Amino acid sequence: MTALHTKLLRDLARMWTQLLAAALVMACGVGMLTMAVSTHSSLAAARDRYYERYRFPDVFAHLKRAPAHLRDRLAEIPGVARVVTRVVAEVNLDVPDLPEPAIGRLISVPDRPPYGLGELHLRRGRLPEPGHDSEVVASEGFAEAHGFGPGATVNAVINGRLRKLTIVGIGLSPEYVYQVRPGDALPDDRRYGVFWMLYRELAPAFDMDGAFNDIAIALTPGATEAAVIARTDRLTEPYGGQGAYGVREQTSDQFLRNELDQLRIMSIFPPTVFMSATAFILNIVFSRLVRTQREQVAALKAFGYTSAAIAVHYLQMALLVAAIGSALGVLIGWLLGLHLTGMYTRFYRFPAFAFTLDPRAVLLAISAASGAAILGTLGAVGRAAALPPAQAMRPEAPADYRRTVVERLGVQRAFGPSGRMVLRHLERQPVRALLSLTGISLAAAVLVVGGFMQGSIDYLMDFMFFTTQRQDMTITFTNPASPSAADEAARLPGVLATETFRAIPARIRAGPRSRLQGVIGLPAEPALNRVVDERGRPVRMPGEGVLLSAILADLLGVRAGDTVTLEVLEGQRPVTTIPVAAVVQSYIGTAAYMDAAALNRLLREGPVISGAYLRVDPAASGALYATLKQTPAVASVTVKQAALQSFRDTIAGNILQMRLFNVIFAGIIAFGVIYNSARVSFAERAHELATLRILGFRRAEASGILLGELAVLTILAIPPGLLLGRTLAHILSNIMGGETIRIPAVVTPASYAFAVTVIIAAAIISGLVVRRAVDTLNLVEVLKTKG
Amino acid sequence: MPAPARAVFEARGLTKTYHMGDVAVQALRGVDLDLYAGEFVVLLGPSGSGKSTLLNILGGLDAPTSGTVRYGDRDLTRFDDAELTRYRREHIGFVFQFYNLIPSLTAAENIALVTDIARDPMPPREALDLVGLRERADHFPSQLSGGEQQRVAIARAVAKRPDVLLCDEPTGALDVATGVMVLEALTRINRDLGTAAAVITHNAVIASIADRVVALSGGRIASVHRNEHKARPSDLTW
Repeated sequence: MTALHTKLLRDLARMWTQLLAAALVMACGVGMLTMAVSTHSSLAAARDRYYERYRFPDVFAHLKRAPAHLRDRLAEIPGVARVVTRVVAEVNLDVPDLPEPAIGRLISVPDRPPYGLGELHLRRGRLPEPGHDSEVVASEGFAEAHGFGPGATVNAVINGRLRKLTIVGIGLSPEYVYQVRPGDALPDDRRYGVFWMLYRELAPAFDMDGAFNDIAIALTPGATEAAVIARTDRLTEPYGGQGAYGVREQTSDQFLRNELDQLRIMSIFPPTVFMSATAFILNIVFSRLVRTQREQVAALKAFGYTSAAIAVHYLQMALLVAAIGSALGVLIGWLLGLHLTGMYTRFYRFPAFAFTLDPRAVLLAISAASGAAILGTLGAVGRAAALPPAQAMRPEAPADYRRTVVERLGVQRAFGPSGRMVLRHLERQPVRALLSLTGISLAAAVLVVGGFMQGSIDYLMDFMFFTTQRQDMTITFTNPASPSAADEAARLPGVLATETFRAIPARIRAGPRSRLQGVIGLPAEPALNRVVDERGRPVRMPGEGVLLSAILADLLGVRAGDTVTLEVLEGQRPVTTIPVAAVVQSYIGTAAYMDAAALNRLLREGPVISGAYLRVDPAASGALYATLKQTPAVASVTVKQAALQSFRDTIAGNILQMRLFNVIFAGIIAFGVIYNSARVSFAERAHELATLRILGFRRAEASGILLGELAVLTILAIPPGLLLGRTLAHILSNIMGGETIRIPAVVTPASYAFAVTVIIAAAIISGLVVRRAVDTLNLVEVLKTKG
Repeated sequence: MPAPARAVFEARGLTKTYHMGDVAVQALRGVDLDLYAGEFVVLLGPSGSGKSTLLNILGGLDAPTSGTVRYGDRDLTRFDDAELTRYRREHIGFVFQFYNLIPSLTAAENIALVTDIARDPMPPREALDLVGLRERADHFPSQLSGGEQQRVAIARAVAKRPDVLLCDEPTGALDVATGVMVLEALTRINRDLGTAAAVITHNAVIASIADRVVALSGGRIASVHRNEHKARPSDLTW
């Protein structure tokens, strides 16, 4: 080790608090980057392995009922490698420990594996066997939520008849990695389960013997998905085909993809903020360091050290900070990744899903950290390297002070000498003051962004469960019914109000884009399931035209006033061109609405309904549930309170944890920036402050000058910081918007208050540290060295 | 003492103008000076006389506005930055008025800073022996007195076995007793190692220990005086 290396280590040791602050901020960035990239690759790898080994299909289609021989014609479509047909049905479940009915999705499987596509991964127990009655494999989430193992039983209303299903195995399918009811955003494992049952049992129960209603297709390499989808639609049309779709519209895969997209954003957005903050802090620290060491640099140059050697010396120091930050950050990233992966395993069910620290992520993070360190210190290092030795021997010329603008305005009498010194110092070094101000603003902004999720989720829940859904319950009928069914529903125990709806499967096309999208017909002025615009005002159903949710409108690339083609995939399958009457607000999933009467007319049917929204007296809900569980005409029941509770349970814990991380990270930035600004400000003025003390200033008066400056900067920095935070929250909300869920950017006063509190706390703590430093100034020592 | 045979430096027609804001300051106004091997020269003059500028130019820290400096058979004024650096590294030992020790390094480590990059240095502790500070090798600058710090600085300058020692007011910040010790260290090194030394001072008393005294005034050489009898540092007082 050379003497220069010794100097480096001693300098590091001397400035350890400041450099540690920088290293910690850097560690947060490295941690986020490592975590996001590694989790992304772990999740993607788990998905790819699972899809491949368990043969995830490429194209899916549902229809009303088709004879078995249609399968051969599907298999002949060019580009189709394999076709699997099956019976899929949703039924009401009566689960002993659940008052309200749950929904089960029954899927038929052949007598023996392999099934060809969508193979089952058996976690426990065995597959259903021919000759045994009503055996099923239950999905793992549902079984876990109820503590069911092999041997447990569940009652299901199958085609109007109550049937006891015996769980013989617990399993997983690649088609249900994210197991969520269509239209929901979060899995509700207590109230939704998937069950696999032998075709020979399931088909007869639904009058599907020798027939099927669901198709899964694997494509040959190089096949065109769109072409296969078009051919499949043509073949299934006579059989009530509800439209084939590719992986992009497969619910589970959509959520997985959305998650991967968000991880990608997480690997870019927060690390950039942290790395910028690190570069900023290092810039402050190193500029100061080089300024105090100009004579040392000059001496080194006089001894024959080259400019490059000087530059390398300081860069090594910055890179050492980067190394410490990286080491810490990789550890943080590893722990965060493990944690996040643990959280994911509750939502995403894989046969095997483990977090692997991706070496590329580590490399990328270390490069980013080193890059930030170099970028942040380059200016200072360059100045050190370029320092002309003879000039550096002479002390810096005294700074050029002038009367400030404030003073020229003649209000200086309002300030004492200390106040004037604060003002002059700020005004004389506007760039430095601006830099500190920017840093503190950035910290405030990060705090706002860190806190905005809470407000957004609260808003989202309020929007979903109160602004729009005013019903307590939604029931759908097994078959489209006459309005009298709603009257019957109204007479059920505890029902206070009803509102009917018509729901039909459809495909909406706009130019080259298309989506399979069910359309819901509502009364002209819905009172229970309301539709609102982006400002939360209720929207009337248009006499003509269709309302599209914002996400759907984006996906189709249309706006209000444009026209879309609506292909109804039920009954006489009318196709019509229809204007988009308005774009309505939605944050979760996609939706299309029409006036119910207009929809009935389009389908050339009477006032047919698909189900009803109910308002229910909570006191009577037990009796109502019991009745509904036994009502064959009711295909499914959704209880808002249950959905809300499940939403809260699932998301509250996660949001709380994320918020905690955000707060810790944002706090580190805030503290790192403010503390360093204050330290540097002190170091630069130690000489001046010591002089003041010698001249008779009291400690409080001397430190007041520094603290006053810090206070002025902090107060000035807060408003732009909050504004910037709001903007960043909007940007983040926009780029995080996926196909499945959008997070509204709602920054509540509480979020702002929180950011302000942390900033002020960081300023006060930094102020106390600096104040202590001023109080313990060694006056003689300071004056011996040149100022 | 017979006139030394070989000139280490030959400076001819040196001028130096600084621009400080709108003001042009003429620090040197045409200086011719030779410095011979093994010689001990004192450059005497009040502040602003140009002696530091001259020393900086000779040491390759600064370039003249016009004129030439020959070092051996080469012209310093034609050196680029890399050549100047190599020149300082191999041939010149600097001693500064404010010592310029690195505060975070011990005495021995401060010397190692130079020996790390020199071609044929003496071990740092041997250099400390020369200034009588071996026992202080592991002390930090803040634990040393001013005189001790300056002697460490001299040891640091000498450790690389330079051809020339350039000392800018080496006793300027010291009291008489410690100043004398520092001068003793310098003369001993000049005598024992044969290192040429150019010492800047505004203190006329110190001039009596030199072989030759060059007086500067207003950026010009006012007089050159050769001491027939050199005084010993211990005889000095001021």
